[in-house]
Amino acid sequence: MSSDGVNKERRRFLVAATSVVGAVGAGLAAVPFIKSWTPSAKAQAVGAPVEVDVSKMESGQLLKVQWRGQTIGILRRTPDMLADLPRLDPELRDPDSLDSIQPKYVANESRALRPEFLVVNMHCTHLGCVPQMIPQVGPQPFDENWRGGFYCPCHKSKFDVAGRVYKAVPAPTNLTVPPYSYLDDQTLIIGVNPEDTA
Amino acid sequence: MGKPASTLAKHADALLNWVDERLPVLEFWDAHLAKYYAPKNFNFWYYMGSLALLVLVIQIVTGIFLTMHYKPSAAEAFASVEYIMRDVPWGWLIRYMHSTGASFFFILVYLHMFRSLLYGSHRKPRELLWIFGMLIYLLLMAEAFFGYVLPWGQMSYWGAQVIINLFGAIPKIGEPLTEWIRGDYFISDATLNRFFALHVVAVPIALLGLVVLHIAALHQTGSNNPDGIEIKQNKDEQGVPRDGIPFHPYYTVKDIFGAAMFLLLFAFVIFFWPDAGGLFLEHDNFAPADPLVTPEHIKPVWYFTPFYAILKAVPDKLMGVILMGCSVVVLFFLPWLDRSPVKSIRYKGAWYKILVFAFAIAFIRLGMLGMAEGTPAQTWEMRVWTFVYFAFFVLLFFLSKGGKTKPVPDRVRH
Repeated sequence: MSSDGVNKERRRFLVAATSVVGAVGAGLAAVPFIKSWTPSAKAQAVGAPVEVDVSKMESGQLLKVQWRGQTIGILRRTPDMLADLPRLDPELRDPDSLDSIQPKYVANESRALRPEFLVVNMHCTHLGCVPQMIPQVGPQPFDENWRGGFYCPCHKSKFDVAGRVYKAVPAPTNLTVPPYSYLDDQTLIIGVNPEDTA
Repeated sequence: MGKPASTLAKHADALLNWVDERLPVLEFWDAHLAKYYAPKNFNFWYYMGSLALLVLVIQIVTGIFLTMHYKPSAAEAFASVEYIMRDVPWGWLIRYMHSTGASFFFILVYLHMFRSLLYGSHRKPRELLWIFGMLIYLLLMAEAFFGYVLPWGQMSYWGAQVIINLFGAIPKIGEPLTEWIRGDYFISDATLNRFFALHVVAVPIALLGLVVLHIAALHQTGSNNPDGIEIKQNKDEQGVPRDGIPFHPYYTVKDIFGAAMFLLLFAFVIFFWPDAGGLFLEHDNFAPADPLVTPEHIKPVWYFTPFYAILKAVPDKLMGVILMGCSVVVLFFLPWLDRSPVKSIRYKGAWYKILVFAFAIAFIRLGMLGMAEGTPAQTWEMRVWTFVYFAFFVLLFFLSKGGKTKPVPDRVRH
């Protein structure tokens, strides 16, 4: 091929300009495809708040409900369980819930609006399995000094009856607490903060 | 008899010439089969590549037919697999071929990779060949994972939950990333539907492309062999390697024999032992997915358990995920970690035999522990073997340069 009369400067400019415009175009064209993977309008609409009547729960009972596809546990704690909470502090990774995810209004010792009712997202903060509630205090195959709480069968993470994680287990933080509030004495609503319930 | 046959042959020749003038058929035939010279000292380990290709074809064909009956929706998926198993004529056979094929694919690929460790097939000048192979292995893991989710059983569901949440360990972007992968706030219909698309369209296309690159790279350098000798360095007057034999007919016949033996074993498993005692098809997956109940004992299918054990051995989420990632990524660097002047284990000292043996034991033990219940004793054992797994690569790097070797002969032995 003859290169007589070729303006190399101009050719290089055209190649560079075409490449840049092409790359920007390809990048922008990728946006709708990437965005199409985010939750659809339908999936977002299904994430509406859930109301639960807690008045009929027995002491020590665990109730599971679904909110946004997550399993939410409501545990009516006995006075013994509540009294035991401070005793466990040295064995826990984050006893004061400083590094864990929960609304500000439950960042207290019992991790609840009303100490009697624990409301937690039951999915283990390790890899999302649902731990079992094992309320019995006493030796268990996985822990000789078991004080009662949640035990994840997937990777052996342990949490106390406030959903606080033990030391030396794979789960990094306490079970998360979803936003919730009380509509009245008997009814909990999951997915709504207290300031939004009037 | 002679005359009609010769006219027929003449017509066949004419047709071949007609095509060859328009498409380089003969050139391709010679370059990759009839005049492609492979070392004459191949042994048992050299069946795995062609058998893996055979299984790929089986997976594609059976997969196409399964797609005709399977419904990729959370409401219908489990029932449609039952439908395939019970109502579709011969559907059970096609599905068992596919599910057994998946496990055999990994058996073959693991043996194929181990062959490289034995004979140094990943060493210079075949580094790129190894990297294409590793990419195939990565894609195969993705393909197997997506495929395992499709029946929408308990293990499908909770396995997906665990694997997707691995990405949640990444600081900052982890949570939004898992939501983006799922397409919902939990594993749902949206997740299943996109995994189906990836499993049947996207990943297979990428896999086929990589297999072409893998074979193209192989045919550029030529095969390694159990002696680790470059046969192209010793050619006769015609430019043919003295230790080479044409791939066709010698190795085509060998590979057909291997395929026949393999298919015998394959058929035996399909007909008499398709779940392999819970190894190939896990028992928990015979129950439909239930987002409210996690099975007592979650474990991935056997071919992922060595890496899963490494994840479980670490009592920290992010570190566990990082270490598990490293255990796969480090394999990419094998061609540069082995600095020995000699390729094959035959001409390396005892140091290499011990290293490879320890590595193989570690991989197998991790695989077994990865599917075990996970008592504290087992957790400690997992840590020991995780250490051995990584120690292999470190020791290989430091021992290989000055490690003892034996003289390598000029010509291959057989």
